[in-house]
Amino acid sequence: MSGAVIAGGLGDAASTRPGPWFGGVVAGLAWLAAAAITSLAPDEIEVGRTQELAAFALLLGASLVVAGLAAPLLGQLGQRLRTLGPWLTVLGLALIGWELLTAKLAILPLPFFASPQGLLEVYLEDWPRLGESVLRSLWLLLTGYAIGAAAGFVAGVALGWSKAIGYWVHPVLRLVGPLPATAWLPIAFFAFPSSGSASTFLVALATWFPVTVLTWSGVAGVNRAYYDIARTLGASQTFLVLKVAIPAALPQVFVGLFMGLGASFSVLVVAEMLGVKAGLGWYLQWAQGWAAYGNMYAALLVMALMCSTLVTLLFKGRDRVLAWQKGTVRW
Amino acid sequence: MAVDVRHASQAFLLEGQPLPVLDNVSLNVKPGEFVALLGPSGCGKSTLLRLLAGLDAPTGGTLTGDGAPIDAPDPSRVLVFQDPTLYPWRTVKANVALGLEARGILKREGHRVQQAIDLVGLTGFETAYPHQLSGGMSQRVALARALVNDPRLLLLDEPLGKLDSLTRLSMQAELVRLWQRSGLTAILVTHDVEEALILAQRVIIFSPRPARITAELIVDRPYPRHRDDPELVALRREALGLLGLAD
Ligand SMILES: Nc1ncnc2c1ncn2[C@@H]1O[C@H](COP(=O)(O)OP(=O)(O)O)[C@@H](O)[C@H]1O
Ligand SMILES: [Mg+2]
Repeated sequence: MSGAVIAGGLGDAASTRPGPWFGGVVAGLAWLAAAAITSLAPDEIEVGRTQELAAFALLLGASLVVAGLAAPLLGQLGQRLRTLGPWLTVLGLALIGWELLTAKLAILPLPFFASPQGLLEVYLEDWPRLGESVLRSLWLLLTGYAIGAAAGFVAGVALGWSKAIGYWVHPVLRLVGPLPATAWLPIAFFAFPSSGSASTFLVALATWFPVTVLTWSGVAGVNRAYYDIARTLGASQTFLVLKVAIPAALPQVFVGLFMGLGASFSVLVVAEMLGVKAGLGWYLQWAQGWAAYGNMYAALLVMALMCSTLVTLLFKGRDRVLAWQKGTVRW
Repeated sequence: MAVDVRHASQAFLLEGQPLPVLDNVSLNVKPGEFVALLGPSGCGKSTLLRLLAGLDAPTGGTLTGDGAPIDAPDPSRVLVFQDPTLYPWRTVKANVALGLEARGILKREGHRVQQAIDLVGLTGFETAYPHQLSGGMSQRVALARALVNDPRLLLLDEPLGKLDSLTRLSMQAELVRLWQRSGLTAILVTHDVEEALILAQRVIIFSPRPARITAELIVDRPYPRHRDDPELVALRREALGLLGLAD
């Protein structure tokens, strides 16, 4: 947290400074060095795509040097780039270190550690299968998450609002909810007609619990005075639920949606490894089975990007819906 | 609205023990009258207002508004709470529109929202959110939210209690103007003797909990009133004496 704040502060200070963007030039030089080492030093192990990697680094390095020198002419974009300088430099240096440790000097044991060009090779050659895995994972995740979040939201509001529903649902929630969704795996694959529907159920279940609990606590914790106000002004029960309880509980609901998303990621991977035989979890399993560690790292990176993007989208949605709040956490 | 409170009593359960809060309170308010309820903190003034608003039911006695028993909240009797309690997710305009929206008449009567905002002097702040307002502005929004419903009985529960003294003075003057213009019946709860005397035609004084009516002062002075009016100064001394605070 504080790290992010400090970096933001530095970036702001840098962005007010006119003139060339020296950080960009430095980062560009780091990437040019990476390109030179990759291209010129001989490979110790047998790897493909070395020259493509060098070309990529060369292109990025050259663009950064040009952007650094021309920053004052780039306007808004130039201002935004400035904050990235330190990160881009470190990434270029990290690429050099990684390249030396694997492809050039072969210090890290080979099958377990992929070289940068090995990773690039996977993306260039296996992208159809990797892409299909991403789409299948996304579909499973989004359907399961949508069902679980909707069911959790409704259950949470009902629990927070109605004593009668609370009487029946609360004990079930307490007993069943904390059980990890993956524990249902054997039953789910036996009880559902297809492994796809079973996996959707598991993802939905994992999402459902945190969304239910946080929606419930949000609704139950609504300031009583909000209800009194609306009642004196002639509000019906429906109005109290839809226009008072739910909007007041929304900040909590979003915490639940965030936690549910995290839970759904882990269930997704397990479900794909054991059940559906498709998607990124399955790809990981398959890559490990064939000792194709390059493919594994490539899939992990794609998965990280996918999960991070989904969380970003959720936070963007929250910022939009809860624009009335001040000082919310930035993602 | 004519208000009639007869032998009203109220008690709460506190750790299994009944806690008497109102003890046989009888009170009559004529239509268009401005009455202040004055009493020590915690004596049961807010409790009485909640009964009048229809938010709670008394344990004994009856309350009527224009002859009809008060047994549920109704937009003709609105309560302005001590805290403005605006909905933080609604803009000023949407907060003020709450009552019309709740009754499903916002489409037809929407123009009243802007009138109410103008009336409390918040023109230009329609799209602001509550966290962007000062305490005084929030309290004005709460007032507008009540007035937009065109109530016949305005129940004010220490609405100026948390404001700084300057804002307080100007809002007292505004309350008087508003009441004179609209002809509504106002019941104001306060623990500030001076405020009661500046605003009300009649001041009812309560004992410490359980609240009983111990005295009633008629303030027969023209508006706008001035704090240094010798008659008000004399009434102030009398009220403090009745509250047991005279030196
Ligand atoms: N809902 C409640 N449950 C229990 N006690 C209450 C409740 N509401 C008020 N009381 C008690 O009743 C007394 C009078 O409260 P109140 O009417 O708010 O006083 P005030 O005159 O300051 O407005 C207080 O002692 C308070 O603790
Ligand atoms: Mg009170």
